[in-house]
Amino acid sequence: MMASLIFVFSAAALLQFFISYCRSLIAASSKQVLSAEVKDVTGIQRIASGDDFRRVMQLLRLCPDRPEDRNSVQAIGAYFSLLNLLRSTVARIVPSTRAWTESERGHCAYFAAVALERRISFSREMLAQQMDA
Amino acid sequence: MLGPVDWFIWVLSLLFEASVIVCSLRRKSFRRYFLLNLYMLISVLISAGTFRLLLHYGRKSLEYRYFYFYSEALLIIVLYFALIGLYSRVFEEMRVERYVRLGAVLLLAGTACFTYAVVSQSSHRMLTYFVFELCQNLYFVGLVLTYVLWGAMLKLKETRALLVQIVLSLGVYFSAYAASYAISNLRPDLYSYTYRLFPIIGCLLPLAWAYAIWRVPEDARLAPARLAVVPR
Repeated sequence: MMASLIFVFSAAALLQFFISYCRSLIAASSKQVLSAEVKDVTGIQRIASGDDFRRVMQLLRLCPDRPEDRNSVQAIGAYFSLLNLLRSTVARIVPSTRAWTESERGHCAYFAAVALERRISFSREMLAQQMDA
Repeated sequence: MLGPVDWFIWVLSLLFEASVIVCSLRRKSFRRYFLLNLYMLISVLISAGTFRLLLHYGRKSLEYRYFYFYSEALLIIVLYFALIGLYSRVFEEMRVERYVRLGAVLLLAGTACFTYAVVSQSSHRMLTYFVFELCQNLYFVGLVLTYVLWGAMLKLKETRALLVQIVLSLGVYFSAYAASYAISNLRPDLYSYTYRLFPIIGCLLPLAWAYAIWRVPEDARLAPARLAVVPR
């Protein structure tokens, strides 16, 4: 009985902390303005849609990996999967959740676009260093 | 002996723990987050000790098992005080540090007494079971305290992004551990699977802290109300 209670409380807290943590990662990137180049490549002009996420992630995988943002990109990937799960289950029963999941999915896509921008600059820096060497 | 996956996770965990200390030193925030860094430093030392024991005695030896459980208890107590250090930072403007420390010591003593009361009724190998049970209880107490701290941060409109990320990652860590321990208690037959989760969860905390210390500037701010799952 006690272990069941602890499990339920821990699982609920885990979900809540995980969502808040992912949103704190997203909040840090939401202020960053995308360059014209990344806007062209990703097709995101001002507000990203959740449908852009997979495409941006594919582009992200084509760039050399940056160890600093690997953790956050994976966390947001897991958060996006969680949102998709909510969208296909809870959002069908509670329509107000649908707008929230859509907006969150869009934020995830914007986060991925910002990560793409950072990886492109990182690749350029590496190339410049190689050219100098 | 450990398998290749276990070794990989172990090395990864050691690297992440060391990277927290390196990032703190490079960002000149070692003293500011002294207890968090102390926890990581002790983790690195314990990992080195574990490595030595594994090489000399093997995984199934009593020496390794005792070292594992006692070092785990030491780590969780240090992490508990690191969490209290975060409380002090959040409430620093209210000047209630003395009461926070006193409350923390009383709560720790209360948890130890409760654990002793439970264990003394049901076990003949008192000390070992006491240490194991104390770890489980402290993970749950840590989770509740982190939850309360996060609630206070939302209420006080705490905007320091670094502090927010450190507390949230600690919340994920404590809740994942507490849930895993609870599953182990509920379904002991699944322990051979759930024990594999512990080192993976153990990697997440240093990784998230290293990321936060390295990437988030000390003066970065964010609106905490935007992070709450239930909009405020």
